[in-house]
Amino acid sequence: MAASNENLKDLIGQEYKDGFVTDIESESFPPGLNEDVIRAISAKKDEPEFLLEWRLEAYRHWLTMEHPEWAFVEFPKIDFQEISYYSAPKSMADGPKSLDEVDPELISTYNKLGIPLEEQMRLAGVAVDAVFDSVSVATTFKDKLYEAGVIFCSFSEAVKEHPELIKQYLGTVVSQYDNFYAALNAAVFSDGSFVYIPKGVRCPMELSTYFRINAANTGQFERTLIIADEGSHVSYLEGCTAPMRDENQLHAAVVELVILKDAEIKYSTVQNWYPGDENGVGGIYNFVTKRAECREENAKVSWTQVETGSAITWKYPSVVLKGDNSIGEFYSVALTNNYQQADTGTKMIHYGKNTSSTIISKGISAGHGQNTYRGLVKIGRKAENARNYTQCDSLLMGDQCGAHTFPYIETKNPSATIEHEASTSKISEDQLFYCMQRGISAEDAVSMIVNGFCKEVFKELPMEFAVEAQALLGISLEGSVG
Amino acid sequence: MLKIEDLHVSVEGKEILKGINLEIGKGEVHAIMGPNGSGKSTLSYILAGRDGYNITQGRVLFNGKDLLEMSVEERAWAGVFLAFQYPVEVPGVSNIYFLKAALNGIRKFNGLSELDAMDFIGMVKGKMKDLDMDEKFLYRAVNEGFSGGEKKRNEVLQMSVLEPTLCVLDETDSGLDIDALQIVAEGINRLRDPERSFVLITHYQRLLDYIKPDFVHVLAHGRVVKSGGPELALELEEQGYAWVDQKVAS
Repeated sequence: MAASNENLKDLIGQEYKDGFVTDIESESFPPGLNEDVIRAISAKKDEPEFLLEWRLEAYRHWLTMEHPEWAFVEFPKIDFQEISYYSAPKSMADGPKSLDEVDPELISTYNKLGIPLEEQMRLAGVAVDAVFDSVSVATTFKDKLYEAGVIFCSFSEAVKEHPELIKQYLGTVVSQYDNFYAALNAAVFSDGSFVYIPKGVRCPMELSTYFRINAANTGQFERTLIIADEGSHVSYLEGCTAPMRDENQLHAAVVELVILKDAEIKYSTVQNWYPGDENGVGGIYNFVTKRAECREENAKVSWTQVETGSAITWKYPSVVLKGDNSIGEFYSVALTNNYQQADTGTKMIHYGKNTSSTIISKGISAGHGQNTYRGLVKIGRKAENARNYTQCDSLLMGDQCGAHTFPYIETKNPSATIEHEASTSKISEDQLFYCMQRGISAEDAVSMIVNGFCKEVFKELPMEFAVEAQALLGISLEGSVG
Repeated sequence: MLKIEDLHVSVEGKEILKGINLEIGKGEVHAIMGPNGSGKSTLSYILAGRDGYNITQGRVLFNGKDLLEMSVEERAWAGVFLAFQYPVEVPGVSNIYFLKAALNGIRKFNGLSELDAMDFIGMVKGKMKDLDMDEKFLYRAVNEGFSGGEKKRNEVLQMSVLEPTLCVLDETDSGLDIDALQIVAEGINRLRDPERSFVLITHYQRLLDYIKPDFVHVLAHGRVVKSGGPELALELEEQGYAWVDQKVAS
């Protein structure tokens, strides 16, 4: 029925609630990229020589690389000389200070986003590293974590305080040559979070990093490195927002997870970068490389992502299952509305024996949104008895959007068990009418149906995030009722 | 309670209802019978406010208010309930969550506070018992994987929880075996109340063996061609719908 599409169009018009700009004096590098810029970033951070060399190698390699064109996304060619590669609030010029000294303007920014950094207001049981443009402005509960032996700090700080760990693990999961954007990140990354959980330690609280892009015309290139040593356990969350601007901004991050024997990392993302307006103007290009390596036996990693923001999302949180009996999981909800595009999924690379992986992907397309699932399940020659289960569902709202699925399976071992299920459905006029006839408003009905569709993924999120994710989907689908 | 006046409805240029007149008083049970394609389901959708129908003439008053001006939810809040012929599946949304959202939507509209979770569960469980439904239904997704009979029973459960004042039941008897029919009919009878009216849309007399209507109307070719008491249903059953056609022709 023609009327239903009109209704849906009204229903899914959305307001972006985190689009404000913080008025703060920043120090930004002029746009442009060359070896001097990289040296300058490294000097700003007072980095050891080995890291500068690592950056320069990455940059030189990047210069030889072609921009990848295989993703199912469309955007104008990026001029990498037009981007500023470093921006930091001036008040942060002397490096990270104690929380009491952080610019109140910054603290109020995070308060507005619902991430209180002040002592008395801190989220109980969650330690936060707040990254603003190119630098980490504060990390909460650091001391308490340190008592448990857990290192949780900004990447820059880790380089200074724990260079041996950085040297040992940096680039061992995603090398500085890995792909175009990973190489770019390796050359110019400015900050990010670092986590080390020592042997046998169960991290006493949730760790989280909150990324905020504020300055215009800058790129954010952060790098996260998490190491879970033998028998340890950690749950880590990341959230992201940015102001509303008419220009597109680039966010090219790299996340590396190292999981050793019997250890486990649970990594959750709620990504809500500015998605652009209803005509597709502005928004963040979210081009990210995320990879975990289950390096030893019985290691386990689980990626959960809720991707509602960004003009373009292009990322595949992956798992390399090296250790025998290791486990990889990927749970994803990706929503594209208006003119948003997402090409996301995962890679599960099985090398060890008895390794198993699970992929649950839920794509929601509304407006003119294009949503692509792309996944690779690879079973190596020695991966005896590897198992994978993939379920990949798409939900379409309206008739202008698209859902696409590209599953790749490569297996070199005949003992592998691989299952793949896929479905595509529409929010039907019948469902909406049924809910509304029972007294549930149209908006609540859409949100209920979408949340029902995403249920299997949401139940993987830590409690606080599950609530936030549900609310976020509600907002992303909010609008006037036709 | 409900007054339908000269209602004309068309879909894609084709007239389905051609001047319906019907008046339903408080506490009355009206059965609407008729052959396939006579416009029975269209009438139920018009009362509930479904999109896609073009109302070309006439009006519908519900407690004196213009029903056709109200949105789907507003009608539900005001007490209109449609038991669907084909109840819709809502995957991933549990029955209990759905019921609670619906009830609280209605309560909110009527200026009542949300029902406490414990009170709510207690109330729902009691009603499920009456309908011989297992409690596990509460935690299953709405209608997903339900058998035909389970779906119909679920409709009656929703009706008894939401306590509407006008219940329109669209072929609630279809697809039910005799035992289920009896349970569903008992559930409906339990809801009969001087303040609550029913419109039973059905093909067959058999539902009316269990739920005794006050009035029976025969709908054919978009018009009410005959109205009467419960005996009219029996007459129809005996003679078949061809008999109605003859009446219309003569």
